[in-house]
Amino acid sequence: MSVSEVPEELHYTPEHEWVAISGSIASIGITDHAQQALGDVVFVSAPAPGAKVTAGEPCGEVESTKSVSDLYAPVDGEVTEVNPEIDDDPGLVNSDPYGAGWLFKVRLAEEGDEDELPPGLLSAAEYTALTADEEPGDK
Amino acid sequence: MTDPAITESPGSPAGQPGLRRTPLTGIHAGLGATLTDFAGWLMPLRYGSETAEHNAVRSAAGLFDLSHMGELAVTGPGAADALDYALTGNLGALAPGRARYTVICADDGGVLDDLVVYRLAAEEFLVVANAANAPAVFALLSDRAAKLDAVVSDRGDDYALIAIQGPRAAAILGPLTDADLAQVKYYASYPATVAGASVLLARTGYTGEDGFEIFAPPGDATAVWTALSAAGADHGLVPAGLAARDTLRLEAGMALYGNELGPDVTPYDAGLDRLVRLDKAGDFVGRAALAARAQAAPQRRLVGLIGESRRVPRHGYSVLWDGVPVGAVTSGAPSPTLGAPIAMAYISPAVADDAAEGGAGRLAVDIRGRAEPARLVPLPFYRRPA
Repeated sequence: MSVSEVPEELHYTPEHEWVAISGSIASIGITDHAQQALGDVVFVSAPAPGAKVTAGEPCGEVESTKSVSDLYAPVDGEVTEVNPEIDDDPGLVNSDPYGAGWLFKVRLAEEGDEDELPPGLLSAAEYTALTADEEPGDK
Repeated sequence: MTDPAITESPGSPAGQPGLRRTPLTGIHAGLGATLTDFAGWLMPLRYGSETAEHNAVRSAAGLFDLSHMGELAVTGPGAADALDYALTGNLGALAPGRARYTVICADDGGVLDDLVVYRLAAEEFLVVANAANAPAVFALLSDRAAKLDAVVSDRGDDYALIAIQGPRAAAILGPLTDADLAQVKYYASYPATVAGASVLLARTGYTGEDGFEIFAPPGDATAVWTALSAAGADHGLVPAGLAARDTLRLEAGMALYGNELGPDVTPYDAGLDRLVRLDKAGDFVGRAALAARAQAAPQRRLVGLIGESRRVPRHGYSVLWDGVPVGAVTSGAPSPTLGAPIAMAYISPAVADDAAEGGAGRLAVDIRGRAEPARLVPLPFYRRPA
């Protein structure tokens, strides 16, 4: 298995999701590490636009060949958009987890300062350290 | 997001001491396989996309390392009698060179393992057991053969097992073997050479496709694997892992020990009535219980379900009829061939009859608290084109 990518500019959760914050909007997906561990993603149930989500609470699920996993909201806020491509092509989550495989966007409930992250998110370095202890495959 | 693979088994399986390796583990790692702990063995789960591997087996061919499977030899003048006593099948009637799918049961008729038995010669059988059950099957066979003139020996370390499965399997293997594959019948085995190695070549498998299983000396495993890989490249052959093997066998309606089969399941529950040869001479372990079971009204039936939503019924989920639990899913997966979730489940026979006659809107699977509609279909889900 290839070493998983962890882009420097993103934020992460211990539940293997990534968050890209731009102004008041957070884009959310699952990490390369997660998609490698899951195998082929066949269906994603993301929260609908307008839904209020709470950080740390389940808000959807990801089905792969072997298992199903809960999606957790990494931040508080309201869902503004769901990736319209995923329903027809859930394999985008495998092929491009940080790009075309994004899952949903949330308008942050509280806009923090430029430098202030919503609580509980990890930096790329912190997430890399977390996954180093639980690499899902051989090398 | 959480996943059992991530949260419940932290640590690289490759880094876990004590896992057994096959002669091909290094090749799998070199191919970038995701390796997993399977019954104490470090085995390839997938090399890339398990769906692509599955589809390759259906349309071209796949190459599998099955060296974790257990091999037991039963030899001697009493070998056939020993197996006829130990197993439910009629192995004494098996012609040398032929193979049979059978089960080993407890006194109460519960299934302790499902097996493929190859009769290599009049007094020589090779029994292939599931990896997790091989030590238990060895002990059971040894015990059941004790009073007969037969010797049971563990031959697991003497064989690597490589399977090539799919419609192109014969075309790929043909040029590499001295065997005339046109003469190799389904469920038959022959001593042969493959890529220069002396092997036992069998036309058996667990995918629903035509294919071969090659029992090779461990020292020849790399040569056989490499030769098949090279010869298959132009045919669309890909290495395939245990994830694809599981979805392939599920589509083919084949039981998996631990899911559809177990000590609390009789062959009759699993629809494997044909494996219990109550007509054979002599006693066998489980005969009385199985004979009674054959006469009794069945308590449950193994059925096929197709999910009508995109959420996948998984092992252990409840099957509902008008909202009332009537059974449980034993195996479920998104089916690459059907493009829908499929599952096998044990349900009450009365409900199975009703559902077969049309249970639109009444049959469902409880998928994490939500009833998702399903329909009952005959097994298997997939049958290869004739």
